[in-house]
Amino acid sequence: MASRLPLALRRIAMTTSALLGLAVSAAQAADTVKIGLVTALSGQSAKSGEAISRGIGLAVDEINAKGGVLGRPLELVARDDEANPSKGVLAARELIQRVGVVAVVGGLDTPVSMAIVPIANQMKVPFIGPWAAGTGITRNGAADNYAFRVSAVDALVDEALVAYAVKTYGAKKPGMILVNNAWGESNQKGLKEALQAANLPAAGIEKYEANDVDMVPQLSRLKEAGADTLFLVGNVGPSAQVVKSLDRMSWSVPVVSHWGPAGGRFDELAGPSAARVHFIQTFTFAGNTSPKATAVLDALKAKYPAIKSMADVTPAVGIANAYDATHLLALAIQAAGSTEGPKVRDGFYKIGTYPGLIKTYDKPFTPGQHDALGPSDYVFTRFKDGEIVAVSN
Amino acid sequence: MLTSILVSGLGLGSMYGLVALGFHVTYAVSGTVNFAQGSVVTLGAVLAYGLGVTLGWPMSAAIVLALAGCALFGLVVERALVRPFVARGSDAWLLATVAGGIVLDNTVLFTFGKEPRSLPSPLATKPVEILGTGIYPLQLVIPVVGLALAFAIRTVFRRTDLGRVLLAVAQNADAARLMGIDVRRTVACAYALSATLAGIAGLLIAPLFSVSAELGTLFGIKAFAVAILGGIGSATGVILAGLLYGLVEAGVTATLGSTYTQLVVFSVIILALTLRPDGLLGRAAVNKV
Repeated sequence: MASRLPLALRRIAMTTSALLGLAVSAAQAADTVKIGLVTALSGQSAKSGEAISRGIGLAVDEINAKGGVLGRPLELVARDDEANPSKGVLAARELIQRVGVVAVVGGLDTPVSMAIVPIANQMKVPFIGPWAAGTGITRNGAADNYAFRVSAVDALVDEALVAYAVKTYGAKKPGMILVNNAWGESNQKGLKEALQAANLPAAGIEKYEANDVDMVPQLSRLKEAGADTLFLVGNVGPSAQVVKSLDRMSWSVPVVSHWGPAGGRFDELAGPSAARVHFIQTFTFAGNTSPKATAVLDALKAKYPAIKSMADVTPAVGIANAYDATHLLALAIQAAGSTEGPKVRDGFYKIGTYPGLIKTYDKPFTPGQHDALGPSDYVFTRFKDGEIVAVSN
Repeated sequence: MLTSILVSGLGLGSMYGLVALGFHVTYAVSGTVNFAQGSVVTLGAVLAYGLGVTLGWPMSAAIVLALAGCALFGLVVERALVRPFVARGSDAWLLATVAGGIVLDNTVLFTFGKEPRSLPSPLATKPVEILGTGIYPLQLVIPVVGLALAFAIRTVFRRTDLGRVLLAVAQNADAARLMGIDVRRTVACAYALSATLAGIAGLLIAPLFSVSAELGTLFGIKAFAVAILGGIGSATGVILAGLLYGLVEAGVTATLGSTYTQLVVFSVIILALTLRPDGLLGRAAVNKV
């Protein structure tokens, strides 16, 4: 129909749209590049959410001090998922569709991340996990995969847990005590495969609900089955209840754990026996003498006056993973030269070398590898005087 | 295994019973209940933590003040969330008390913080071995306190003048008023007592769990189920139902695994209510015309 318009009218229309176009791009230039965060900011795992927020906050400050990305400042928009997958999905949709975030950073809970990833893939918006370790988050089988991670991966963690139990405790018949959700299932599969590969039998596999307080019945079954080591998978609250139940049974079996205990005041909740649990981490500030770690810790203390001692950065993995993930995301956006989802996704593959907090990343992501960290980055730790320290310390 | 089921079941069960007894007390006197009971469980534990641990007061003083705080909250609920609606013949107190509980939960979240903390108790540090199962002394104290309180309340209702006053108000508020009974104050007292019971439950269970803003939520829901199951008008029924609930819950967890706990427990409740619609020891309401 446009061709039938009188020439003058057509000119006016073209000028108007050109002006509008200019106005829009001017508005965009002044606009921030928004990154979303969906994590638990309340409830039992609130402290982990806080750690993730702080890690991102510090990285965003550093990036903005150097001019932001694509000449625009980064802005963090956080939403509380209350550790609930359906709330996480709602929040992710709102962030992507209404707020218009470039990417969504995930939280602590595998079930929540597993629920958000299909949406990210469908809407072609990158998802970066700084914590949840469920294998299927990044290895989700989607033809067009937008899920990345700077954190541990259950399948690899499980191999490390088995290797550690064999090496440290000479485990011959380990039992599993796992939380009954998607995270527990991810590890049940991983541990079974890792045990098979190590040619070891499992004494038994027991599950508990996240709000159970008495795990004696489940643990008694493992004891009767002759378990000589326990693999523990669960968040900080129930992990503490497992330790208390072991205390009540006076069963001094070694406990090798995924990193749930790191998510809160495990030593206070579990009491003196907290120290018997050895758990995996990707990073600890304690005993870390790298200049980067010192600098980041100082910057954290300056930015968040609530941080006074090492005990206040106990979920160091949350801070460190989120810090590195945010920097890597900024590099991906910069490499993409755009904030469009598919371009940013491909931007992740273009990242070269980045000296991060956890390690120096060298081409951390490829189309076949969406996980930036692997077994060589894992370290075994335990609680000591409110701090997480490497077991060797 | 059996000892562990018994200890765990009777312990939690008597706490469900105690909170449910709170539902019974207000229902018996006024025909209304405080749906914020679960949140009062939280309040008791959080106040004791705040006074005893954060401020470092002697635990005995902290406990007394925490319970006083719970009683006060009960009075506020009655005055602000129940009385105005009942006076207008409205059932909106139902929602008002639910809302009151949510407000309290979030106030706790805001002031106490999001992180679960541990409330130390000398009764829950060193387990003692009984019949091959290690248990904390507190786990033995809990059912004893629960049953003792239930018995005391039953006695008060049945044997004392105060009990007769409460029952008079329950049976016919207008007639009671004509007899010179202060109905308003009686109902307010029932709410304070009800909240105190929930507070005691909170104080007793907190050292076994951890203190958090979510401590009482599930308790409140389970306790209401227990109150209905026992027959909300019967103190004995409510306590029995609490113990039964706790035992079935612990038994199912130990034998079938906790995946099946809620599934089986609530199926049993539906079945029980189908067979006895007025609860285990409840009586059908008689409408006198």
